[in-house]
Amino acid sequence: MTRLGGVIARRGAQALAVAIGVSALCFVITQRLPGDIAYRIAAGRYGYDMVDADAAASVRDELGLDRPLWQQLGEWVADLLRLDLGRSLVTSQPVLTEVSHYLAATLQLAVLSIVIAVIVGAGIGVVAARRPGGFADRFSSLWVAGVRAVPPFLLGLLLMIVLSAQLGLFPAVGHGDGGIVLPALTLGLSLSGLIARVTRDAVVEVRGSAYVEFALTKGLPERWVLVRHVLRNAAVSLVPYLGVQFVVLIEGVVVVESLFAWDGLGHSLVHAVFWRDIPVLQASALVLALLIVLVNTLVDLAVLGLDPRPRGRAVTA
Amino acid sequence: MSMLMLEQTVGARPVRSSRQARYIAWTRIASLVGLGLIIAFALVGPLVLPDPAAQDLARYLQPPSVADPLGTDDYGRSVASRVAHATRVSLLLAAVCVATALILGCVAGVLSAWFGGWVDALLRSISEAFVAVPALLVVLLVSALAAPGSMVALYVGLALVQWVEFFRVVRARSALVLGSPAVEAAGLLQLGWPHVVRRHLWPALRPLLVTLSSLGMVTSILAMSTLGFVKVGLQPPRAELGLMITESFPFYDAAPWMPLAPVAVLFCLTVCLLGLRSNEEGR
Repeated sequence: MTRLGGVIARRGAQALAVAIGVSALCFVITQRLPGDIAYRIAAGRYGYDMVDADAAASVRDELGLDRPLWQQLGEWVADLLRLDLGRSLVTSQPVLTEVSHYLAATLQLAVLSIVIAVIVGAGIGVVAARRPGGFADRFSSLWVAGVRAVPPFLLGLLLMIVLSAQLGLFPAVGHGDGGIVLPALTLGLSLSGLIARVTRDAVVEVRGSAYVEFALTKGLPERWVLVRHVLRNAAVSLVPYLGVQFVVLIEGVVVVESLFAWDGLGHSLVHAVFWRDIPVLQASALVLALLIVLVNTLVDLAVLGLDPRPRGRAVTA
Repeated sequence: MSMLMLEQTVGARPVRSSRQARYIAWTRIASLVGLGLIIAFALVGPLVLPDPAAQDLARYLQPPSVADPLGTDDYGRSVASRVAHATRVSLLLAAVCVATALILGCVAGVLSAWFGGWVDALLRSISEAFVAVPALLVVLLVSALAAPGSMVALYVGLALVQWVEFFRVVRARSALVLGSPAVEAAGLLQLGWPHVVRRHLWPALRPLLVTLSSLGMVTSILAMSTLGFVKVGLQPPRAELGLMITESFPFYDAAPWMPLAPVAVLFCLTVCLLGLRSNEEGR
């Protein structure tokens, strides 16, 4: 069980480092905000054309923006230690409730995207691996290259124009009926290319291995070989890969949520940068980063479960 | 082989046949030519085309013509000229980011592999923290630091994100090379460290660095245009590829040709840079 402890300890340290890094950056941001932050927040609250010196002054009084910097920072650290993430500067709602709402939306989107990506990617990969160099294999190479070359925001735009504006199949924005389809499809297709390639290579490699040949030779039915030998061993290469993909997915979430107005963490992050809403910015960034560490921890544990053999160097992502 | 490395070499399979080798060689030549054309457009275009900021409201949304091969936008500005300027900004900024990341990452990676011990532990823990945070998030946080639309913020953010990849790959490969019998022999012969770097490290690292750099360029260019697209990157009136696509939204019916050029440039740049990768399988 020492290896289990090692994984937990390493990921715990990573989570701590990330949290410290993100928070430190957010301190620095508040210290040197460009322009008058009171005006920006007032614009976020009342709209651009409603801002005047009085509105800005009232914001400044309310939030204590005119106190010396060290006082504000000291309060900040104290709040963070109490896990009190403060209130949004724009909506003045508690950040914790806002961010948990965003997190739910993002997770919903991420899970559906991964499901789409695995179905499409693994499907293409397995079919391609049946005859390396065959027609399906060439098609899969083309798919991988094509998906890799189109950035998520262009893919999203394309889907929006074709499926929503032209064919009217799904709504282009919002959380309404079927609103999740387009963003999830965009992310899922973006991720499917690399998953297809890794699946293909892993399956080809495992199928050519000596133990699969032996299993077939001793008369094990092909279906059993696939389930007991090929799938498990191919999963050992695939699962760590999903951890890496998750980082890519979170990046995509930022873009795709903004494009489709999907009210998740990425969307809130972009808006928080735009309005300089520091508490929301810090909370969103923290939650996203910790989410990645958490997923990678789970991936590490899954790999340990699938392949308990000791390894020289653990795969990191 | 680290996972990130796997992701990078995912497109490059080890060469199996001479036919495949020829195909890859052709791909690289075609990519180089394509990239050369885009670079020429980015360098020469701004010199010969009209001023990208010159507005002429009488020429609102004109379709492509001889005078303006890509038409004009909603302020009557020449789209061709704006695309040329945007391409130049993207290429220059990406190149500077990748160069910075390459130097930082290489030095750190070789030091880490060479000295090991606490140097290695320190550098690795720094890189671990970075790896867990997605690149766009770092760039977003850094861009929140500076005035909106600041070039420096984009540069710092992108360089910060990318040195990690160089560091990890260089560290892994250097450790292998430095532990090899050849380097041991060089040490016993007292040939000194410049010899080891020149004759052992550099040849092993070079193909990896070419691949990583071209991928880094793709990452930078796409990250820039993505941020421009969601309006937290470079700000108008500066011409930027992602921003130009967003700006053409309202005129999607009246001027469908407007977003075509920036999209085409982004697509071609990505394809050409991905085609440049050397077919070195990193292990």
